[in-house]
Amino acid sequence: MSNLNNKVCFLRKVFVGASLALSVGMLGGCSDSATDAEGRTLPILGERETVEREANGQTVVDTVYHQVPDFAFTDQDSQQVTQQTVAGKIYVTDFFFTSCPSICPKMKSQMLRVYEEYKDNPDVLLLSHSIDPEHDTVAVLKDFAERLGVTAAKWHFLTGEKDRIYDMANNYLVAAQEDGQADGGFTHGGHFILVDGHRRIRGVYDGTEETSVNQLIQDIPLLLNENKHAKK
Amino acid sequence: MRISMRKSKWAVLGFGTLSLLTLTQCFTDKQNEGQRLYVANCQSCHMEDGTGLRGLIPPLAGADYLQKNRQQLPCLIRHGAEGPMVVNGKEYNREMPGAERLAPDEITNLLNYMQTNFGNSNQRYTMQEVTLLLEPCPPHQQ
Ligand code: HEC
Repeated sequence: MSNLNNKVCFLRKVFVGASLALSVGMLGGCSDSATDAEGRTLPILGERETVEREANGQTVVDTVYHQVPDFAFTDQDSQQVTQQTVAGKIYVTDFFFTSCPSICPKMKSQMLRVYEEYKDNPDVLLLSHSIDPEHDTVAVLKDFAERLGVTAAKWHFLTGEKDRIYDMANNYLVAAQEDGQADGGFTHGGHFILVDGHRRIRGVYDGTEETSVNQLIQDIPLLLNENKHAKK
Repeated sequence: MRISMRKSKWAVLGFGTLSLLTLTQCFTDKQNEGQRLYVANCQSCHMEDGTGLRGLIPPLAGADYLQKNRQQLPCLIRHGAEGPMVVNGKEYNREMPGAERLAPDEITNLLNYMQTNFGNSNQRYTMQEVTLLLEPCPPHQQ
């Protein structure tokens, strides 16, 4: 039990830290983005680099955006979930653990809304990483998903090597911390991260706030549109 | 003589109104405390409206469990629960942590809040009743 409580505190603290870092990141401003019909845009979040190259005897400057690295985890159906699973699709991701008594139930109730909304759209996936993978085995995640009423393969509850999961958490977070304040070693608490077809972070939402999740549900079509144009 | 009689009548009346005031004050405070305790200790799982979370966390709103297991609820809150449990015909089986630090009066307010909100209108508890029901489950050493 005390172990459980430790984790709760950890998650809460991290949540505040992450919010701070994220809002700073957002303020940093990112102008490169796609536009929808109404002109609304989703920024590309995270660090970027410029790379110079030679083309036709001229120097061209390319911008390289932060991209979520390759990964390989196992979901509740014992399926491998990798960068190939999400290739060309957009996904929403978060971090949780099944025995979490603090913010996770609220997050899951909000993620359920996203799930229900895009249940029938094969281009939208949900990836929920357990930060307690030793406890959250495939069997535990399977039971959890079933009790949550999740049947579609769209929502993957992931377990795997602990270090790799924490690395990934940092990756999703670092991308939002343009400020350079990225003192690693912490995962974020209640955030939902929206990732595009190029594995770039396009939105950060508070998964414990209904209004923030409303925004996420509205933003997803923008990326879907963008994906469609890119495929054409 | 007459005057002092009248005075004491006023005094009684005044006192009566005052205690009535404090009494209602007290009731509203208790209701608020029940809600405050709910938000602080229970809402994260059972949700703001007491509906729980699908097959993971049972509802408090309209839960038959609250009436059927009225006597067990004080200890359930203090020690938590684990193992299978049926609420409104549906089976749940996850761990609920105990609220070991809550005093009997707090548990009373919490229970009364739960029994009379979320659309519930079940029987309330007195603190004596709750104290008695808590006897078999003293708080664990923390
Ligand atoms: C970590 C999440 C969590 C927290 C926090 C929590 N509960 Fe529960 N609660 C549960 C679960 C899970 C069950 C079902 C337990 C089982 O399956 O054995 C449950 C069962 C119950 C039940 C009996 C079933 C029902 O729904 O009528 C009541 C009453 C209850 N909880 C009240 C509370 C109160 C009051 C608090 C705050 C002091 C609280 N719970 C805090 C998760 C939680």
